[in-house]
Order: sequence, then C-alpha cells, then structure tokens
Amino acid sequence: MRWETWSDFWFMGGYGLYVWGSMGMTALLLLLEIAQAHLAHRRALALVRAEQSLENP
Amino acid sequence: MSAFFALVARDLRLAFRRKAEVLSGLFFFVVVAALFPLAIGPEAATLRHIGPGVLWVGALLASMLTLPRLFENDWRDGSLEHLVLSPHPLGLLVLGKIFAHWLVSGLPLVALAPLLGLQFDLPSDALGMLALSLLLGTPVLSCIGAIGAALTLGVRGGGVLVALLVLPLFVPVLVFGAGAVEALNSGLGAQAHVSILLAMLLPAVFFSPWACSAALRIALE
Amino acid sequence: MTMRWFYYAAPQTFYGLAGRLWPWLAALALALTLAGLWVGFALAPADAQQGEGYRIIFVHVPASWMSMVIYLAMAFWAVLGLTFNTRLSGMMTRALAPTGAIFAFLSLWTGALWGKPMWGAWWVWDARLTSELVLFFLYLGYIALTSAIDDVRRADRAGALIAIVGAINVPIIYFSVKWWNTLHQGASVSLTRSPSMAQLMLWGMLLMALAMWVYTLAIVCYRVRTLIIERERHTDWVKALPEVAGVKA
Repeated sequence: MRWETWSDFWFMGGYGLYVWGSMGMTALLLLLEIAQAHLAHRRALALVRAEQSLENP
Repeated sequence: MSAFFALVARDLRLAFRRKAEVLSGLFFFVVVAALFPLAIGPEAATLRHIGPGVLWVGALLASMLTLPRLFENDWRDGSLEHLVLSPHPLGLLVLGKIFAHWLVSGLPLVALAPLLGLQFDLPSDALGMLALSLLLGTPVLSCIGAIGAALTLGVRGGGVLVALLVLPLFVPVLVFGAGAVEALNSGLGAQAHVSILLAMLLPAVFFSPWACSAALRIALE
Repeated sequence: MTMRWFYYAAPQTFYGLAGRLWPWLAALALALTLAGLWVGFALAPADAQQGEGYRIIFVHVPASWMSMVIYLAMAFWAVLGLTFNTRLSGMMTRALAPTGAIFAFLSLWTGALWGKPMWGAWWVWDARLTSELVLFFLYLGYIALTSAIDDVRRADRAGALIAIVGAINVPIIYFSVKWWNTLHQGASVSLTRSPSMAQLMLWGMLLMALAMWVYTLAIVCYRVRTLIIERERHTDWVKALPEVAGVKA
C-alpha cells in the first residue's frame, strides 16, 4: 500500500484540497445526474399513469 | 441569378424603410466601443493594446443584434414560405438575404471601425488592417449567424438564444480577425491571418446557404 | 444485418434492449471505477515533479476525452436522424447532451484545480482548456435550443443541425485557439506534459476512461427509456408496460 495512514491519504502530499476537490465534484455531479435521471423516469411513468386514469375513469 | 439580385434589392429597400433597426445596431457598436475606455481607463498604451480586440468583439455583438430579424419579418408575413416554395433554389435566395443583411449590418461596421479605432489611438496601418479583417470577417459572421437565426425562427428567447448558439462558432473568426491587427502591430505581419480569414470566408459562403435552407425547412414544417 | 439494426431503431424494441442492458453496464462501470481508483490511488506512485497532485488526471483526462467522444456521438446520431428521419436518433442525441456537458464542466473544474497548485493560477488560457470551454458552450447551446422549441420533432431536428455544425467547427476552433495560444503565451503549456507516464498511471487513467465510457452508455440507455415513455405514451404498448400498468391502483 502506498499510504501509511488514513490521514496521509487525505492529506495527499499537500494537494488534498485539489485532488479531493476534483474527485468530490466528479462524484457529486455524477450522483446528481443519476438521481435526476431516476426522478425523470419516475415522473414520466407518473405522467403516463395520470393520463391513463383520465382516459379510463 | 436575377432572383438573387431581386431579393437583395427587396431586402435593401425594406431595410431602408426601417432605418431605425439598422442604425441601432451601428449605434450599439459605437456605444460599446466607448464603454471599454470608460471602464478600463484612458491610458493610451493600454487602449492601443486592447483596441483591436474590443472593436472586433463590438462588431461581433453588433452584428449578432440584427440577426434574429434576418428571417423573422418574412416569416411573420408569410413571404418566407413563398421563398421556400418558389422554384428558385432556396440556397441562392438565402444567400441573397445574407448578402443584403451584410450590406446593411456588416459593411457599415467595416467603415465605422477605423473611425472608432482613432479613439483607441491605433496607428493608421492598424486601422487599415482592422478594416480589412472586418471586411473579410463580417460576411462570415452573417453566414454563420444566419444558420442560428434560421434554427431559432419564432422561438421564444430568440435573440439571446441565437447569441448562445452562434458565438462559440465565431471564435475562429474572432481569433484571426483581431489577431491580424495584433500581428501587424507587433511587426510579425498579418499575411497568414488574412489568408486564413479568406479560407474561412469561402467555405462559409458556400456551405451556409445550404445549412440555412435545411434549418428553414426544419423550422417551417 | 441491416434488418437487425432497423429492428432496434423502433422505440418499442429499443426500450426492451436498453432495459436489459443498463443494469449490466452500470455494474460494469462501477467495477471499472473501483479498479481504476484502486490502481490510481493505491498502486500508482507519486510523480517526480508534481508529487501527489497529479492524481487529478485520473478524472481530468477521462472527463475531457468523454466530453469530446460524446459530442462526436451526438453528431453521429444527428446525421443519422436527419438522414433517416428516425425518432430514436433524436432521442439518443438528446440523451447524450447532459452527460457530455457534465463531463465538459468537470474537465474545466478539474483542470482549474490541477492548474492552481502547478502553475499558481486557477485558470490558464492554454489551447486545450480554452477549446474545452468552447465545447462546453456548444453543449449549452444545444441544450438551450432543444429546450426552447416546444415541438419535439422540430427541436430534435434543429438540435441535430446545430450539433453537426458544431462538430464541423470543433477542429477549426481547436486549431484557431492553438494558434492564438502560441502567439500570446510563447511557451506552450500542456497539461499532459509527462513524456513517459509510469505504467500504473497510464493504466489508472485508461481504467477510469473506460469506466466513464461504460457509465455514459448506461445512463444514456436509461435516459432514452425515459424519453421513449414520455414521447410514446399514447401508444398501446407503453400503456401496457408492467411499470405503468402494474403499479396502478
């Protein structure tokens, strides 16, 4: 293993802010993207169901 | 071919009836050019440095202002459909409209820019190169901008949307246009820039009417 | 062979295919990500000049690559859509755009975070970052145009045209920015200046790039399914879908 301790890992040789700032933003945006896609899918299904219940009351 | 000239003449006549629209674009150019020294300071060396860039960006924005109206008025009164349905090749007709637009919105900028360049204390050969680069560049702006105008026909938020679509595509023209004046100023010579501007102008004139026709057909169905 | 492709060009059949594919793609993407991060952070050594800070490349370079690949893919589907007038092509282009825009933004963000410790500035106008910025604007333009037009088919086709025009311009833009950069900066600053990357660094980068690519495939499959449901909701087959019918009270 490269890192002696966890705090070494987070410190990342002094570059912690930059490295974790990058990895963090990447993770954040991709997770948000996944969440948004999931929500959009649920909304689309709800839309179909709503229109169907209008047609067959 | 006569259809081309007839359309150009018609558009010019219509433009002159609505002088305010045409002049507002030019006035915008003048105002924007004055804003930068006000914001940055009157020091001559700085102004000489930023002058070509500022004037080029001003010209770019000013020609963007008039783009939405390129097809809009014709679209509203139905004459655009007549143009699309006419037996003449649509590309030729579109080229006529783009040419008329340039004559009214682009060419005056070419004439004005050297005058405004005096406000930036640019030397006379720089003024000449500024005019030449704009002469070669503004038609490209009209050509590329026309595609954006055709795509956004009747769409809400039209003007800003056209700008957002088209400004990234203008980057090469801006780089080489403003760069030509810079190159001249720094003694490097602007032949390469001018050749590249020409190399961008010819394909733009050839391909833009084709893309515009496609865009108009998409917008009109 | 062509019949096979045209079979999947129908929204109904593609919906099923994408539905079967995306979970596997997602799992694969996750596995590749974990592998890439392991290689990149646990195994790869520190860089001689940049210390531990270089590890940003494990997201920066893949994100840049993906932002360009996705734009090309969008242009591909755009050409297909305008040529064959298929509904699915328009949906594919639309589904790709948000992911491409996100990767372009991440490329810029991580580029800035890499630049600050290395060159002392949050932003440098080097050719690649600047071209990436313009690419980001092209993505925004596409998304703005397709969102602004109400008629879905017209929006698809207008978007396709602007995507194609953009794609043709990208090399021109890159060339002009490169020219502009060398004139104004003198020394060329390149972000991948490492002449010979340690094997592990390269592997880490490739794994992460592959991970992002598979992730893109997964999320696009998922998103296209949503678009299909929205647009084809008046058809019987959508109404009969288990997701729709099954949960209904």
